Amino acid sequence: MSTTTPDSVHGKLWSWLDQRIGLADLEKLARKKQVPVHGHGVWYYLGGMTLFLFIVQVVTGTLLLFYYRPSAEEAYESVQFLMAEVEFGWLIRSIHAWSANLMIFALFIHLFSVLLLKAYRPPREVTWFSGVGLLAIALGFGFTGYLLPWNELAYFATKVGTEITGAVPLVGRFLLRLLRGGDEVTGATLTRFYGIHVAVLPGLVMLVLGLHLYLVQKHGMSVPLPVERQGDRRTMPFVPNFLLRDIVGWLSALAILAALAAFIPAELGRKADPFAPAPVGIKPEWYFMFMFQTLKYLPSHILGLEGEIVGMVGFGLGGLFLLLIPFLDRRAARGQPSPLFTWIGIFVIVYIVVLTYLGYAASPTR
Amino acid sequence: MEDRALGGDATRRGFVNWMLGTSVGAFLISVLYPVARYLVPPMVGESTAASVTLPIKPGDVKPNTGQIFKFGSRPAILVRTSAGDLKALSAVCTHLNCTVQYRPDLSHIWCACHNGHFDLNGQNISGPPPRPLDAFVVNVRGNQIVVSKST
Repeated sequence: MSTTTPDSVHGKLWSWLDQRIGLADLEKLARKKQVPVHGHGVWYYLGGMTLFLFIVQVVTGTLLLFYYRPSAEEAYESVQFLMAEVEFGWLIRSIHAWSANLMIFALFIHLFSVLLLKAYRPPREVTWFSGVGLLAIALGFGFTGYLLPWNELAYFATKVGTEITGAVPLVGRFLLRLLRGGDEVTGATLTRFYGIHVAVLPGLVMLVLGLHLYLVQKHGMSVPLPVERQGDRRTMPFVPNFLLRDIVGWLSALAILAALAAFIPAELGRKADPFAPAPVGIKPEWYFMFMFQTLKYLPSHILGLEGEIVGMVGFGLGGLFLLLIPFLDRRAARGQPSPLFTWIGIFVIVYIVVLTYLGYAASPTR
Repeated sequence: MEDRALGGDATRRGFVNWMLGTSVGAFLISVLYPVARYLVPPMVGESTAASVTLPIKPGDVKPNTGQIFKFGSRPAILVRTSAGDLKALSAVCTHLNCTVQYRPDLSHIWCACHNGHFDLNGQNISGPPPRPLDAFVVNVRGNQIVVSKST
Protein backbone atom coordinates (compact mmCIF):
# COMPACT_ATOMS: atom_id res chain seq x y z
CA MET A 1 0.00 0.00 0.00
CA SER A 2 2.61 2.41 1.18
CA THR A 3 4.65 2.30 -2.00
CA THR A 4 1.73 3.70 -4.04
CA THR A 5 2.22 7.18 -2.57
CA PRO A 6 4.87 8.95 -4.63
CA ASP A 7 7.66 10.80 -2.83
CA SER A 8 6.66 14.03 -4.50
CA VAL A 9 3.42 14.29 -2.49
CA HIS A 10 4.87 13.92 1.01
CA GLY A 11 8.62 14.19 0.67
CA LYS A 12 11.48 11.75 1.28
CA LEU A 13 11.28 11.63 5.09
CA TRP A 14 7.60 10.73 4.91
CA SER A 15 8.24 7.81 2.54
CA TRP A 16 11.19 6.63 4.67
CA LEU A 17 8.96 6.58 7.75
CA ASP A 18 6.02 5.14 5.83
CA GLN A 19 8.02 2.13 4.68
CA ARG A 20 9.04 1.45 8.29
CA ILE A 21 5.95 2.27 10.37
CA GLY A 22 3.11 2.41 7.82
CA LEU A 23 2.12 6.09 7.82
CA ALA A 24 -0.05 5.65 4.71
CA ASP A 25 -2.29 3.19 6.54
CA LEU A 26 -2.76 5.66 9.38
CA GLU A 27 -3.49 8.45 6.90
CA LYS A 28 -6.08 6.29 5.17
CA LEU A 29 -7.70 5.53 8.52
CA ALA A 30 -7.85 9.22 9.43
CA ARG A 31 -9.35 10.15 6.06
CA LYS A 32 -11.96 7.38 6.28
CA LYS A 33 -13.27 8.40 9.73
CA GLN A 34 -16.64 10.17 9.52
CA VAL A 35 -18.76 11.67 12.29
CA PRO A 36 -22.58 11.66 11.92
CA VAL A 37 -24.24 15.08 11.76
CA HIS A 38 -27.59 15.55 13.53
CA GLY A 39 -29.32 17.53 16.27
CA HIS A 40 -27.65 15.63 19.15
CA GLY A 41 -24.12 16.01 17.77
CA VAL A 42 -22.96 18.28 20.60
CA TRP A 43 -22.68 15.27 22.95
CA TYR A 44 -20.00 13.77 20.70
CA TYR A 45 -17.52 16.31 22.04
CA LEU A 46 -17.69 15.27 25.71
CA GLY A 47 -15.56 12.13 25.39
CA GLY A 48 -12.80 14.05 23.63
CA MET A 49 -13.09 16.80 26.25
CA THR A 50 -12.63 14.26 29.05
CA LEU A 51 -9.59 12.87 27.23
CA PHE A 52 -8.09 16.34 26.78
CA LEU A 53 -8.51 17.16 30.48
CA PHE A 54 -6.96 13.79 31.33
CA ILE A 55 -3.90 14.71 29.27
CA VAL A 56 -3.71 18.00 31.19
CA GLN A 57 -3.75 15.88 34.37
CA VAL A 58 -0.89 13.70 33.14
CA VAL A 59 1.26 16.72 32.23
CA THR A 60 0.58 18.78 35.39
CA GLY A 61 0.74 15.66 37.59
CA THR A 62 4.17 14.82 36.20
CA LEU A 63 5.32 18.37 36.94
CA LEU A 64 4.02 18.15 40.53
CA LEU A 65 6.09 14.99 41.07
CA PHE A 66 9.27 17.07 40.82
CA TYR A 67 8.56 18.77 44.15
CA TYR A 68 6.10 16.54 46.03
CA ARG A 69 7.37 14.32 48.87
CA PRO A 70 5.11 11.44 49.81
CA SER A 71 5.44 11.18 53.60
CA ALA A 72 3.32 12.32 56.53
CA GLU A 73 6.20 14.49 57.77
CA GLU A 74 6.97 16.21 54.47
CA ALA A 75 3.93 16.07 52.19
CA TYR A 76 2.14 19.14 53.55
CA GLU A 77 5.37 21.14 53.74
CA SER A 78 6.40 20.18 50.20
CA VAL A 79 3.04 21.35 48.82
CA GLN A 80 3.34 24.54 50.87
CA PHE A 81 6.81 25.11 49.41
CA LEU A 82 5.48 24.42 45.92
CA MET A 83 2.65 26.91 46.36
CA ALA A 84 4.67 29.67 48.03
CA GLU A 85 8.24 29.42 46.73
CA VAL A 86 8.33 27.56 43.41
CA GLU A 87 7.71 29.83 40.44
CA PHE A 88 4.30 29.02 38.95
CA GLY A 89 3.97 26.18 41.46
CA TRP A 90 0.57 27.58 42.44
CA LEU A 91 -0.44 27.58 38.79
CA ILE A 92 0.55 23.97 38.10
CA ARG A 93 -1.15 22.69 41.27
CA SER A 94 -4.28 24.82 40.74
CA ILE A 95 -4.62 23.63 37.15
CA HIS A 96 -4.16 20.03 38.32
CA ALA A 97 -6.91 20.49 40.93
CA TRP A 98 -9.31 22.31 38.63
CA SER A 99 -8.71 20.07 35.64
CA ALA A 100 -9.45 17.06 37.86
CA ASN A 101 -12.81 18.56 38.75
CA LEU A 102 -13.65 19.56 35.18
CA MET A 103 -12.56 16.13 33.93
CA ILE A 104 -14.92 14.35 36.32
CA PHE A 105 -17.65 16.81 35.34
CA ALA A 106 -17.10 16.20 31.62
CA LEU A 107 -16.99 12.47 32.31
CA PHE A 108 -20.35 12.60 34.12
CA ILE A 109 -21.96 14.55 31.26
CA HIS A 110 -20.42 12.10 28.77
CA LEU A 111 -21.83 9.19 30.80
CA PHE A 112 -25.33 10.60 31.10
CA SER A 113 -25.52 11.71 27.46
CA VAL A 114 -24.49 8.19 26.38
CA LEU A 115 -27.06 6.80 28.81
CA LEU A 116 -29.94 8.99 27.62
CA LEU A 117 -29.10 8.56 23.92
CA LYS A 118 -28.91 4.76 24.51
CA ALA A 119 -25.53 4.66 22.78
CA TYR A 120 -24.75 1.46 24.74
CA ARG A 121 -26.91 -0.55 22.30
CA PRO A 122 -25.26 -3.51 20.55
CA PRO A 123 -22.50 -3.73 19.43
CA ARG A 124 -21.22 -1.09 21.88
CA GLU A 125 -21.74 -2.93 25.20
CA VAL A 126 -18.01 -3.37 25.82
CA THR A 127 -17.43 0.31 25.03
CA TRP A 128 -19.94 1.08 27.81
CA PHE A 129 -18.26 -1.37 30.24
CA SER A 130 -14.85 0.14 29.60
CA GLY A 131 -16.38 3.61 30.07
CA VAL A 132 -17.85 2.65 33.45
CA GLY A 133 -14.42 1.19 34.29
CA LEU A 134 -12.83 4.53 33.42
CA LEU A 135 -15.36 6.29 35.68
CA ALA A 136 -14.31 4.02 38.55
CA ILE A 137 -10.64 4.71 37.82
CA ALA A 138 -11.30 8.47 37.65
CA LEU A 139 -13.06 8.37 41.04
CA GLY A 140 -10.09 6.36 42.37
CA PHE A 141 -7.73 9.06 41.08
CA GLY A 142 -9.84 11.72 42.81
CA PHE A 143 -10.05 9.84 46.11
CA THR A 144 -6.33 9.02 46.31
CA GLY A 145 -5.20 12.42 45.03
CA TYR A 146 -7.32 14.27 47.60
CA LEU A 147 -5.22 12.86 50.47
CA LEU A 148 -1.80 13.69 49.03
CA PRO A 149 -1.49 17.29 50.38
CA TRP A 150 -2.02 15.74 53.85
CA ASN A 151 -4.28 18.49 55.13
CA GLU A 152 -7.04 18.32 57.73
CA LEU A 153 -9.99 18.03 55.34
CA ALA A 154 -8.31 15.35 53.25
CA TYR A 155 -7.27 13.40 56.35
CA PHE A 156 -10.81 13.10 57.69
CA ALA A 157 -12.38 12.58 54.26
CA THR A 158 -9.98 9.66 53.79
CA LYS A 159 -10.75 8.33 57.27
CA VAL A 160 -14.46 8.28 56.44
CA GLY A 161 -13.99 7.02 52.89
CA THR A 162 -11.79 4.11 53.90
CA GLU A 163 -13.89 3.30 56.99
CA ILE A 164 -16.82 2.71 54.64
CA THR A 165 -14.95 -0.20 53.01
CA GLY A 166 -14.80 -1.71 56.50
CA ALA A 167 -18.56 -2.15 56.30
CA VAL A 168 -18.26 -4.65 53.41
CA PRO A 169 -19.48 -8.00 54.74
CA LEU A 170 -16.79 -10.59 55.63
CA VAL A 171 -13.74 -9.04 53.93
CA GLY A 172 -14.35 -5.42 55.04
CA ARG A 173 -11.73 -5.33 57.80
CA PHE A 174 -9.17 -6.93 55.49
CA LEU A 175 -9.90 -4.45 52.65
CA LEU A 176 -9.71 -1.55 55.07
CA ARG A 177 -6.26 -2.60 56.32
CA LEU A 178 -5.13 -3.22 52.76
CA LEU A 179 -6.23 0.27 51.71
CA ARG A 180 -4.88 2.08 54.77
CA GLY A 181 -1.68 0.09 55.10
CA GLY A 182 -2.61 -0.48 58.74
CA ASP A 183 -5.51 -0.02 61.12
CA GLU A 184 -5.51 3.78 61.02
CA VAL A 185 -4.99 6.49 58.40
CA THR A 186 -1.28 7.26 58.80
CA GLY A 187 1.80 8.00 56.73
CA ALA A 188 1.53 4.39 55.53
CA THR A 189 -1.83 5.28 53.95
CA LEU A 190 -0.25 8.31 52.29
CA THR A 191 2.52 6.30 50.60
CA ARG A 192 -0.03 3.69 49.51
CA PHE A 193 -2.34 6.30 48.01
CA TYR A 194 0.64 7.95 46.36
CA GLY A 195 1.65 4.67 44.73
CA ILE A 196 -1.90 4.03 43.58
CA HIS A 197 -2.30 7.60 42.29
CA VAL A 198 0.93 7.86 40.31
CA ALA A 199 1.59 4.26 39.22
CA VAL A 200 -1.25 1.76 39.63
CA LEU A 201 -4.13 3.85 38.26
CA PRO A 202 -2.12 5.38 35.37
CA GLY A 203 -1.18 1.85 34.31
CA LEU A 204 -4.78 0.69 34.50
CA VAL A 205 -5.98 3.76 32.63
CA MET A 206 -3.63 3.02 29.73
CA LEU A 207 -5.19 -0.43 29.30
CA VAL A 208 -8.85 0.51 29.74
CA LEU A 209 -8.61 3.81 27.87
CA GLY A 210 -6.76 2.04 25.05
CA LEU A 211 -9.60 -0.47 24.77
CA HIS A 212 -12.24 2.29 24.97
CA LEU A 213 -10.64 4.38 22.21
CA TYR A 214 -10.02 1.33 20.02
CA LEU A 215 -13.70 0.38 20.30
CA VAL A 216 -14.82 3.93 19.49
CA GLN A 217 -12.69 3.76 16.32
CA LYS A 218 -13.92 0.27 15.48
CA HIS A 219 -17.65 0.99 15.82
CA GLY A 220 -17.67 4.69 14.96
CA MET A 221 -20.02 7.13 16.67
CA SER A 222 -23.39 5.79 17.75
CA VAL A 223 -26.41 7.44 16.11
CA PRO A 224 -29.45 7.98 18.40
CA LEU A 225 -32.43 5.71 17.63
CA PRO A 226 -34.86 8.43 16.41
CA VAL A 227 -32.20 9.82 14.04
CA GLU A 228 -31.40 6.31 12.83
CA ARG A 229 -35.08 5.66 12.07
CA GLN A 230 -35.41 8.90 10.07
CA GLY A 231 -32.66 7.56 7.85
CA ASP A 232 -30.68 10.80 8.16
CA ARG A 233 -27.18 9.81 7.10
CA ARG A 234 -25.32 13.12 6.88
CA THR A 235 -21.71 12.98 8.10
CA MET A 236 -18.66 15.19 8.35
CA PRO A 237 -15.02 14.09 8.04
CA PHE A 238 -13.25 13.66 11.38
CA VAL A 239 -10.09 15.22 9.92
CA PRO A 240 -10.17 18.15 9.79
CA ASN A 241 -13.81 19.24 10.34
CA PHE A 242 -14.61 17.48 13.63
CA LEU A 243 -11.07 17.66 15.00
CA LEU A 244 -10.96 21.44 14.52
CA ARG A 245 -14.24 21.78 16.42
CA ASP A 246 -12.74 19.55 19.12
CA ILE A 247 -9.72 21.83 19.32
CA VAL A 248 -11.95 24.89 19.75
CA GLY A 249 -13.47 23.14 22.75
CA TRP A 250 -10.07 22.14 24.16
CA LEU A 251 -8.63 25.63 23.83
CA SER A 252 -11.73 27.05 25.53
CA ALA A 253 -11.30 24.52 28.34
CA LEU A 254 -7.67 25.55 28.70
CA ALA A 255 -8.68 29.21 28.94
CA ILE A 256 -11.31 28.38 31.57
CA LEU A 257 -8.72 26.32 33.50
CA ALA A 258 -6.23 29.20 33.45
CA ALA A 259 -8.91 31.64 34.65
CA LEU A 260 -10.09 29.33 37.44
CA ALA A 261 -6.50 28.63 38.54
CA ALA A 262 -5.67 32.34 38.59
CA PHE A 263 -8.81 33.59 40.34
CA ILE A 264 -9.62 30.61 42.59
CA PRO A 265 -6.28 28.88 43.23
CA ALA A 266 -6.28 25.50 45.01
CA GLU A 267 -6.26 25.87 48.80
CA LEU A 268 -4.07 23.93 51.17
CA GLY A 269 -5.75 24.44 54.55
CA ARG A 270 -4.21 23.23 57.78
CA LYS A 271 -1.88 20.28 58.18
CA ALA A 272 -3.56 17.02 59.18
CA ASP A 273 -3.48 16.34 62.92
CA PRO A 274 -4.69 12.86 63.92
CA PHE A 275 -5.35 14.18 67.45
CA ALA A 276 -7.60 17.09 66.55
CA PRO A 277 -11.39 16.88 66.22
CA ALA A 278 -12.81 16.59 62.73
CA PRO A 279 -13.13 20.17 61.45
CA VAL A 280 -16.56 21.79 61.15
CA GLY A 281 -17.73 21.81 57.55
CA ILE A 282 -15.69 18.74 56.57
CA LYS A 283 -16.70 17.61 53.13
CA PRO A 284 -15.46 15.31 50.39
CA GLU A 285 -14.86 16.30 46.77
CA TRP A 286 -18.12 17.44 45.18
CA TYR A 287 -18.52 14.27 43.11
CA PHE A 288 -18.71 12.19 46.29
CA MET A 289 -21.05 14.72 47.93
CA PHE A 290 -24.34 12.98 47.01
CA MET A 291 -23.12 9.76 48.64
CA PHE A 292 -21.78 11.64 51.68
CA GLN A 293 -25.08 13.48 52.08
CA THR A 294 -27.07 10.26 51.74
CA LEU A 295 -25.00 8.76 54.59
CA LYS A 296 -25.92 11.77 56.74
CA TYR A 297 -29.64 11.18 56.22
CA LEU A 298 -29.59 7.44 56.87
CA PRO A 299 -30.68 6.52 60.41
CA SER A 300 -28.25 4.51 62.54
CA HIS A 301 -30.20 1.29 61.98
CA ILE A 302 -32.37 0.15 59.07
CA LEU A 303 -34.16 -3.20 59.50
CA GLY A 304 -31.60 -4.24 62.10
CA LEU A 305 -28.60 -3.40 59.89
CA GLU A 306 -26.26 -0.48 60.46
CA GLY A 307 -27.24 2.48 58.29
CA GLU A 308 -23.81 2.80 56.68
CA ILE A 309 -23.89 -0.85 55.54
CA VAL A 310 -27.31 -0.34 53.95
CA GLY A 311 -26.06 2.82 52.24
CA MET A 312 -22.90 1.19 50.99
CA VAL A 313 -24.63 -1.92 49.69
CA GLY A 314 -27.18 0.39 48.02
CA PHE A 315 -24.52 2.37 46.18
CA GLY A 316 -22.71 -0.85 45.30
CA LEU A 317 -25.87 -2.25 43.71
CA GLY A 318 -26.43 1.10 41.97
CA GLY A 319 -22.96 0.87 40.44
CA LEU A 320 -23.58 -2.72 39.34
CA PHE A 321 -26.89 -1.67 37.78
CA LEU A 322 -25.13 1.14 35.90
CA LEU A 323 -22.53 -1.30 34.59
CA LEU A 324 -25.11 -3.85 33.41
CA ILE A 325 -27.50 -1.40 31.72
CA PRO A 326 -26.64 -2.64 28.17
CA PHE A 327 -27.86 -6.11 29.21
CA LEU A 328 -30.88 -4.90 31.19
CA ASP A 329 -32.27 -2.54 28.56
CA ARG A 330 -33.62 -5.21 26.21
CA ARG A 331 -35.88 -2.81 24.31
CA ALA A 332 -33.03 -0.50 23.31
CA ALA A 333 -31.01 -3.57 22.30
CA ARG A 334 -33.83 -4.46 19.86
CA GLY A 335 -33.83 -0.92 18.50
CA GLN A 336 -37.10 0.08 20.23
CA PRO A 337 -37.64 3.15 22.42
CA SER A 338 -37.05 2.38 26.13
CA PRO A 339 -38.63 5.22 28.13
CA LEU A 340 -38.12 3.31 31.41
CA PHE A 341 -34.33 3.67 31.14
CA THR A 342 -34.68 7.30 30.10
CA TRP A 343 -36.65 7.92 33.30
CA ILE A 344 -34.14 5.98 35.39
CA GLY A 345 -31.38 8.13 33.91
CA ILE A 346 -33.30 11.33 34.65
CA PHE A 347 -34.05 10.14 38.20
CA VAL A 348 -30.35 9.44 38.85
CA ILE A 349 -29.36 12.87 37.51
CA VAL A 350 -32.00 14.61 39.67
CA TYR A 351 -30.99 12.57 42.74
CA ILE A 352 -27.32 13.48 42.32
CA VAL A 353 -28.05 17.17 41.68
CA VAL A 354 -30.49 17.53 44.61
CA LEU A 355 -28.34 15.65 47.14
CA THR A 356 -25.23 17.55 46.02
CA TYR A 357 -27.11 20.84 46.44
CA LEU A 358 -28.32 19.82 49.91
CA GLY A 359 -24.79 18.83 50.83
CA TYR A 360 -23.55 22.34 50.14
CA ALA A 361 -26.63 24.19 51.38
CA ALA A 362 -26.97 22.37 54.72
CA SER A 363 -25.59 24.25 57.70
CA PRO A 364 -22.47 22.36 58.80
CA THR A 365 -23.31 22.58 62.52
CA ARG A 366 -26.90 21.38 62.51
CA MET B 1 -10.17 -41.94 15.03
CA GLU B 2 -6.47 -42.48 14.63
CA ASP B 3 -5.84 -40.53 17.81
CA ARG B 4 -8.34 -42.55 19.77
CA ALA B 5 -6.79 -45.80 18.51
CA LEU B 6 -3.43 -44.65 19.80
CA GLY B 7 -4.70 -44.51 23.36
CA GLY B 8 -1.19 -44.39 24.78
CA ASP B 9 -0.37 -41.20 22.83
CA ALA B 10 -3.55 -39.44 23.91
CA THR B 11 -2.80 -40.23 27.53
CA ARG B 12 0.74 -39.01 27.16
CA ARG B 13 -0.49 -35.77 25.61
CA GLY B 14 -3.05 -35.40 28.37
CA PHE B 15 -0.33 -35.96 30.94
CA VAL B 16 1.94 -33.37 29.35
CA ASN B 17 -0.93 -30.87 29.15
CA TRP B 18 -1.77 -31.53 32.78
CA MET B 19 1.86 -31.02 33.76
CA LEU B 20 2.03 -27.79 31.76
CA GLY B 21 -1.25 -26.54 33.19
CA THR B 22 -0.27 -27.21 36.78
CA SER B 23 3.18 -25.70 36.16
CA VAL B 24 1.57 -22.52 34.86
CA GLY B 25 -0.77 -22.53 37.85
CA ALA B 26 2.09 -23.14 40.29
CA PHE B 27 4.13 -20.43 38.61
CA LEU B 28 1.28 -17.92 38.92
CA ILE B 29 0.69 -18.82 42.57
CA SER B 30 4.40 -18.55 43.36
CA VAL B 31 4.39 -15.04 41.86
CA LEU B 32 1.04 -13.81 43.14
CA TYR B 33 1.24 -15.20 46.68
CA PRO B 34 4.29 -13.15 47.77
CA VAL B 35 2.83 -10.05 46.06
CA ALA B 36 -0.51 -10.48 47.84
CA ARG B 37 1.20 -11.05 51.19
CA TYR B 38 3.47 -8.06 50.53
CA LEU B 39 0.46 -5.79 50.04
CA VAL B 40 -1.14 -6.77 53.36
CA PRO B 41 0.42 -4.52 55.99
CA PRO B 42 2.04 -6.25 58.98
CA MET B 43 0.14 -6.19 62.27
CA VAL B 44 1.47 -3.55 64.61
CA GLY B 45 0.93 -4.28 68.27
CA GLU B 46 -1.95 -2.23 69.65
CA SER B 47 -0.99 -0.02 72.52
CA THR B 48 -2.01 -1.98 75.59
CA ALA B 49 -1.72 0.95 77.97
CA ALA B 50 -4.63 0.68 80.37
CA SER B 51 -4.21 4.17 81.72
CA VAL B 52 -2.66 7.47 80.78
CA THR B 53 -1.65 10.49 82.84
CA LEU B 54 -2.71 13.61 80.98
CA PRO B 55 -0.39 16.54 80.39
CA ILE B 56 -3.21 18.79 81.62
CA LYS B 57 -3.84 20.03 85.15
CA PRO B 58 -7.39 19.67 86.54
CA GLY B 59 -7.55 23.40 87.18
CA ASP B 60 -6.91 24.15 83.49
CA VAL B 61 -10.05 22.40 82.32
CA LYS B 62 -12.86 24.94 82.47
CA PRO B 63 -16.51 23.93 82.93
CA ASN B 64 -18.46 23.34 79.70
CA THR B 65 -15.33 22.63 77.62
CA GLY B 66 -13.74 19.55 76.15
CA GLN B 67 -10.37 18.65 74.71
CA ILE B 68 -8.80 15.80 72.80
CA PHE B 69 -5.98 13.77 74.30
CA LYS B 70 -3.98 10.79 73.17
CA PHE B 71 -5.00 7.45 74.70
CA GLY B 72 -2.55 4.90 73.32
CA SER B 73 -2.65 5.37 69.57
CA ARG B 74 -6.20 6.72 69.40
CA PRO B 75 -7.80 10.04 70.31
CA ALA B 76 -10.00 10.41 73.40
CA ILE B 77 -11.90 13.39 74.74
CA LEU B 78 -11.86 14.91 78.23
CA VAL B 79 -14.92 16.98 79.14
CA ARG B 80 -15.66 19.07 82.21
CA THR B 81 -19.43 19.32 82.47
CA SER B 82 -21.20 22.53 83.43
CA ALA B 83 -21.73 20.91 86.85
CA GLY B 84 -17.96 20.53 87.19
CA ASP B 85 -17.53 16.76 86.73
CA LEU B 86 -14.68 15.41 84.59
CA LYS B 87 -15.61 12.76 82.03
CA ALA B 88 -13.43 10.92 79.53
CA LEU B 89 -14.65 9.07 76.47
CA SER B 90 -13.21 7.61 73.34
CA ALA B 91 -13.18 10.40 70.72
CA VAL B 92 -13.52 7.98 67.80
CA CYS B 93 -17.03 8.27 66.39
CA THR B 94 -18.70 4.87 66.21
CA HIS B 95 -20.15 5.74 62.80
CA LEU B 96 -17.20 6.20 60.47
CA ASN B 97 -14.22 6.80 62.70
CA CYS B 98 -14.05 10.61 62.67
CA THR B 99 -12.80 12.43 65.75
CA VAL B 100 -15.64 13.96 67.77
CA GLN B 101 -15.63 17.33 69.57
CA TYR B 102 -17.38 19.00 72.50
CA ARG B 103 -20.06 21.53 71.57
CA PRO B 104 -20.40 24.11 74.38
CA ASP B 105 -23.57 25.47 72.75
CA LEU B 106 -25.28 22.08 73.03
CA SER B 107 -23.38 20.86 76.12
CA HIS B 108 -22.78 17.52 74.51
CA ILE B 109 -20.47 15.72 72.12
CA TRP B 110 -20.83 16.10 68.36
CA CYS B 111 -19.20 14.64 65.26
CA ALA B 112 -18.71 17.10 62.40
CA CYS B 113 -18.47 14.44 59.71
CA HIS B 114 -22.04 13.17 59.59
CA ASN B 115 -23.77 15.17 62.30
CA GLY B 116 -23.77 12.52 65.02
CA HIS B 117 -24.64 13.55 68.60
CA PHE B 118 -23.61 11.84 71.86
CA ASP B 119 -24.55 12.75 75.42
CA LEU B 120 -21.92 13.11 78.12
CA ASN B 121 -22.12 9.43 79.01
CA GLY B 122 -21.23 8.62 75.41
CA GLN B 123 -24.73 7.49 74.46
CA ASN B 124 -25.54 8.07 70.79
CA ILE B 125 -28.58 10.34 70.94
CA SER B 126 -29.10 11.38 67.32
CA GLY B 127 -27.68 11.06 63.82
CA PRO B 128 -26.12 8.02 62.19
CA PRO B 129 -23.79 6.63 64.96
CA PRO B 130 -24.89 3.06 65.74
CA ARG B 131 -23.19 2.61 69.14
CA PRO B 132 -22.20 4.69 72.18
CA LEU B 133 -18.65 5.99 72.64
CA ASP B 134 -16.48 3.92 75.01
CA ALA B 135 -16.35 5.57 78.42
CA PHE B 136 -13.14 5.77 80.45
CA VAL B 137 -12.63 6.27 84.17
CA VAL B 138 -11.23 9.63 85.29
CA ASN B 139 -9.30 9.91 88.55
CA VAL B 140 -7.85 13.15 89.86
CA ARG B 141 -4.75 12.44 91.95
CA GLY B 142 -3.55 15.66 93.43
CA ASN B 143 -2.62 17.84 90.48
CA GLN B 144 -2.82 15.04 87.90
CA ILE B 145 -5.61 13.64 85.79
CA VAL B 146 -5.36 9.88 85.24
CA VAL B 147 -7.66 8.28 82.67
CA SER B 148 -8.00 4.52 82.62
CA LYS B 149 -9.98 1.90 80.78
CA SER B 150 -13.00 0.76 82.73
CA THR B 151 -12.60 -2.95 83.30
